[in-house]
Amino acid sequence: MLKFLLEKEFKQFLRNRFLPKFVIIFPFAILSIFPLVTSTEIKNIRLCVIDRDHSPYSMRLIEKIKSSGYFILVNVTTNETKAFELIESNKIDIFLELPQHFESSLIKEKKTQLMISANAVNGMKAGLGTTYLSRVIDDFNNDIRISFLYREKKTPISTFVITPFYRFNPLMKSIFNMIPAILVMLMAVVCGFLPALNIVSEKENGTIEQLNVTPVNKFMLILSKLIPFWVVGFIALSICIFVAWLFYDFFPVGSLINLYVFSAVFVLAMSGFGLVISNYANSIQQAVFIIFFFVLTFVFLSGLYTPAANMPEWAQILSYISPLKYIIQVIRLIYLKGSGFFDMLPQFIGLSILALFFNTWAVLSYRKRYL
Amino acid sequence: MNSTAYNYQNDISIRTEGLTKRFGNFTAVDNITFHVKKGEIFGFLGANGAGKTTAIKMLCGLSKPTSGIAMVAGYDVATQAEHIKKNIGYMSQKFALYDDLKVWENMRLYAGIYGMKEKIIAYRINEILMQLGFENEKNTFVKTLPIGWKQKLAFSISIIHQPEIVFLDEPTGGVDPAARRQFWELIYATAEKGITVFVTTHYMDEAEYCNRICMLVDGKIVALDSPKKLKDTFSAQNIDKVFRLLARNTNRT
Repeated sequence: MLKFLLEKEFKQFLRNRFLPKFVIIFPFAILSIFPLVTSTEIKNIRLCVIDRDHSPYSMRLIEKIKSSGYFILVNVTTNETKAFELIESNKIDIFLELPQHFESSLIKEKKTQLMISANAVNGMKAGLGTTYLSRVIDDFNNDIRISFLYREKKTPISTFVITPFYRFNPLMKSIFNMIPAILVMLMAVVCGFLPALNIVSEKENGTIEQLNVTPVNKFMLILSKLIPFWVVGFIALSICIFVAWLFYDFFPVGSLINLYVFSAVFVLAMSGFGLVISNYANSIQQAVFIIFFFVLTFVFLSGLYTPAANMPEWAQILSYISPLKYIIQVIRLIYLKGSGFFDMLPQFIGLSILALFFNTWAVLSYRKRYL
Repeated sequence: MNSTAYNYQNDISIRTEGLTKRFGNFTAVDNITFHVKKGEIFGFLGANGAGKTTAIKMLCGLSKPTSGIAMVAGYDVATQAEHIKKNIGYMSQKFALYDDLKVWENMRLYAGIYGMKEKIIAYRINEILMQLGFENEKNTFVKTLPIGWKQKLAFSISIIHQPEIVFLDEPTGGVDPAARRQFWELIYATAEKGITVFVTTHYMDEAEYCNRICMLVDGKIVALDSPKKLKDTFSAQNIDKVFRLLARNTNRT
């Protein structure tokens, strides 16, 4: 019986105008665009400097900022109002004010004050921009201090320098954090939501009723809906792995087999979840909205954008029901750290429990007859 | 059990007693009792909302009765729905075919679900295509077929496994009179093979084609007999008149 049902599903999938293309093109499109647009390294911060000093020091500082590579110097002005106009009309993100006797007070009084103002409408850009700018100024400050010490022939005061070393992602490339997340989202969509929508559309067309008056076994029916999308999901995953390697030279440090094993359990959990929704939704519209709600919740709880440890305690507890949470951890671990199976045993258990839970619920809630 | 009673039982394909379906306070099917003989064309007549579809869904095992008994093909609707499903065919008002599958693929799918063997499936597909005069449409996608053809195809698929009983829920909705006549010829041919045909309709002229008809008003049976006897009893020229007399006091339409 399964043979005939699978034959039908595969034919329908392949004849669909949209889906097969989607599965091939989507990984390429999303992997070539998404890591770049979701990068948390901010470049091209538009900067204006209010330079009331016009001294060699202020020039040197501006040069140093320009050469850091993070900033676009939009304007150098002496006029504060001008800077405010620029920030209000969103032509700059941040401005730096150098006071009138910047150089002379540095030399005579050994101190001066600068002001950084940032447009915090885009909080991320404001925060990072301020940090980058402070770092450049600190650097500049150090240069000056050292040159003073030389001039006055004093021995340098001991300072300490902190050099961070980013284990497993030495260059701290945000792409390497994003790609695993993208793989997960893609699998969630292909394996969780396509079968759910497929079943709901059969409900809408009335064909599911026709199947329900046949002696079709409900496990077989559900399997016939899932298997094609599992196959497709793994094809999409493989394309993603390939594209990530091709475009970003990013390949798992750990074992590919582990990657596929965990993905398989994840896919099982997601498709079970999709089936639960399809059993309760009566129209595609309902299904789409329910899915939308849960995907957002799952994504926010997954630690994809913000670390789960930052969340309030209740949210941390809630995050255990998000299958995305485990698989994102796993894929990052396999890709960056090369963790082995037993290092990720907790995630494996978490995913397995969710897979079991959602699929049991799905089978129990599927009814060949209505009340 | 004496032998006549046994035979009587054996000749019955559907039997209901006090079959009732309630949705909250609304009683869709109200205490209906009837039986259908083997090989009979049994018409279920009523206005929209009279409870025809609800009744047929209970008999097919798609919906659970609130109370009452229904035996279909010898199995109890309440407890043996999956056994019933092996022995019946069902065609819904929507002709639920797969638009993106070809004519033969639609047939093959259902034949396969009913557990037919590959060789028999191939044979049955060709047989049906010949019967319908569809030989050239074997590889046509169902979405491109005209509605009258879809209807015939849906019907043929519902009896592809040669069930004991076939349930047709308003099968002639939305097709022209010529197509309806052709469709009834198909129904006759099916009944001649010994398949019981249980058909619901709101076209009163179609009722004349049935062996016996059962009229449903507000979920209750108001008349049950052969078309001829009904016309005699109510001294009406046609079934439509009979129905108007009986349905005068309806609440739902």
